[in-house]
Amino acid sequence: MTDYSGTIDALGLREWCDGGVEAGGPMTMEQLLNATNGTATDDKGFLSTPFPSLDVLHNACGAIPRTRDMTAGIEDLFLAVKAPLKAVLDPITQPLSWALDGALAGILALPWMVTIPLIMLLVFYATRSLKTTFMVFGGLLVLSLIDHYTYAMQTLAIIMVCTVISVLFGIPIGIAMSRSDRLQRVSLPILDLLQTLPTFVYLIPLIFLFSVTEAKLYGIAIILYAIVPVIRLTDLGIRLVDKDVLEAVDSFGMSSRQRLMGVEIPLAMPNIMAGVNQTIMMSLAMVVIASLVSAPGLGTLVLRGINKLELGVGLVAGLGIVILAILLDRVTKTAMARVNRSMES
Amino acid sequence: MFDQQSSKTPKIAIRNLYKIFGTSPETMVDLAKSGMAKPEMLKQHQHVLGLDDINIDMMAGEITVIMGLSGSGKSTLIRHLNRLIEPTDGQVLLDGEDVTQLSASGLQQLRHKKMSMVFQKFALLPHRTVLENAALGPIVRGEPAGPAKENAKRWLERVGLAGYEANYPHQLSGGMQQRVGIARALCSEAEIMLMDEAFSALDPIIRTDMQSLLLELQEELHKTIIFITHDLDEALRLADHLVVLKDGRVVQQGEPQGIILNPEDAYIETFVGDINRARVLRVRSIQSSDPAPAGSETISATATLEDAIERAKGNPDVIFSVSEGNSTQGSLNMRHVFKSLVPRRPSEETN
Ligand SMILES: Nc1ncnc2c1ncn2[C@@H]1O[C@H](COP(=O)(O)OP(=O)(O)OP(=O)(O)O)[C@@H](O)[C@H]1O
Ligand SMILES: [Mg+2]
Repeated sequence: MTDYSGTIDALGLREWCDGGVEAGGPMTMEQLLNATNGTATDDKGFLSTPFPSLDVLHNACGAIPRTRDMTAGIEDLFLAVKAPLKAVLDPITQPLSWALDGALAGILALPWMVTIPLIMLLVFYATRSLKTTFMVFGGLLVLSLIDHYTYAMQTLAIIMVCTVISVLFGIPIGIAMSRSDRLQRVSLPILDLLQTLPTFVYLIPLIFLFSVTEAKLYGIAIILYAIVPVIRLTDLGIRLVDKDVLEAVDSFGMSSRQRLMGVEIPLAMPNIMAGVNQTIMMSLAMVVIASLVSAPGLGTLVLRGINKLELGVGLVAGLGIVILAILLDRVTKTAMARVNRSMES
Repeated sequence: MFDQQSSKTPKIAIRNLYKIFGTSPETMVDLAKSGMAKPEMLKQHQHVLGLDDINIDMMAGEITVIMGLSGSGKSTLIRHLNRLIEPTDGQVLLDGEDVTQLSASGLQQLRHKKMSMVFQKFALLPHRTVLENAALGPIVRGEPAGPAKENAKRWLERVGLAGYEANYPHQLSGGMQQRVGIARALCSEAEIMLMDEAFSALDPIIRTDMQSLLLELQEELHKTIIFITHDLDEALRLADHLVVLKDGRVVQQGEPQGIILNPEDAYIETFVGDINRARVLRVRSIQSSDPAPAGSETISATATLEDAIERAKGNPDVIFSVSEGNSTQGSLNMRHVFKSLVPRRPSEETN
């Protein structure tokens, strides 16, 4: 384990190294991994010379920090900024908790014989299609029959709240991006990052910031993930509006407000709707994962299936999610087709 | 250049207008003013000289046609009139007021009330009905929708689209869509109509129909129309005043018949070279002021040379007496008619 001591001596760094404090501090990364894996390493000659990682170098030279010191440092840094960050973010995001808690309580307070017709009415209003409406009815019937009604409604309530908020923020952000090339250049990498980061990774800082008992924790996680497509497709949709048409309305003296509300948004609508559809689907994907941080709904059943090896429970809940996904997709796609039909060119 | 017209004051006067596209157009203006042409500027300075010292007078109630090949700057020029494109230098005077100096609200007023535009690709709003499209002008001005739509309905009838009010643009053929475009421009009640290759996307027969429609409307409305085309036949049919553009410069302008008879350079010669001159030229353009011999037949000054040849049965020795309105105004020698059918090269003019 003293492989690099010679090198340190040769470089004449011995004095600097021994100036540092020895011992104490957290376990090394190696010890940590050994503790979790239950295996030990033993020396096997030159070929087993370890990679000069921070931990290994630390053994030879006490002044070099260990990897665990670094992660602890990041943790400390995070804890230090946590208080001010929380002071700002907490009040801003509080309405999200209220909305989620309210929606969850509300949808469960309504008797099923009110909720199901209400949903069907809403679906019919959006799609004007009896076929889709009855498909939704069938789906809800199956879910209720297998006693997943409550879970499905919780999931649905969370998706609705998160989608509405995503649209409310996503469309204006998308419009702003379509107006400014600079803003677009800055935003696109951020959006890419939000979409490519594995979900687990950005749950971590959120758990630090908010307590797991608060609804906004999973609310924020879902929105951050699901807002991306509305923003992207609003931006794209508005940029794709026919330049000739814009020139024509300009030549008649349209104000920029008239132009946005009367021309750009309506003509970008097919794209915006496609964005909303994707946002809904991504909310569903995320709400399942968010059950890890106490989001209620079908995801909790899947989680139980995994944790307690209750295969049946997990699989049936998974099936419920599939049904919900199909229904949401069908409804939004049919509504989209209806909007597109009324204005294709 | 503005010879015969200088007696009247123009509705729109374009004065020394320059437009340069590129990274720093202002620095190029002096070069353009000192006479650098479009190809050199592109080659040496990577700037596109869109418009180069344009001076045109456009008279109220007339159709001014701007003609030129693709890339000659026609669209750029017409878009300066309502400032869809900002000039690099120069003035556009509308009733003596400089459009290029208008404030944002002044410009909006101009677009609301004074100028309307018809586009090559129709540019109708796909999500609005034909009626709503036609009523765009008044609706944009914030006028009540009821009367605006009544008015739009009348204009749609006038352009031959009665019964299509509730349709959407994509349900109409190209010709019909452009009729909506014209109704939209007329419905805004602007006195000036800008038409950028308005009929170029239509097939030849529909195109002729639309030209007739425009002339018919003009007979009654006396708008000031600026019409862009790259088609000489169309230009000759519509123009009161013809402007020929090349590489952003005006190469010749004036009364269309005069341009055909006396093309000033080879570029115009290629334009006018292969038209049917007998059908385009009119008696008025080549009559002489000498009185006709007594007893000769009369012919209208607005008749085409084709008519004259037919009347004379091809005989070169006939001399007609020319009538304009009710009075007779000189004579038409058929020998001059036949001679004028052969295009002259600019170089022969001095002979
Ligand atoms: N935004 C622009 N940036 C750079 N160059 C431009 C721009 N707009 C026009 N030009 C150039 O200006 C010149 C005139 O273009 P313009 O569109 O006015 O031609 P046009 O006569 O209308 O041609 P067409 O018959 O094809 O419509 C062309 O050389 C074109 O490349
Ligand atoms: Mg053009």
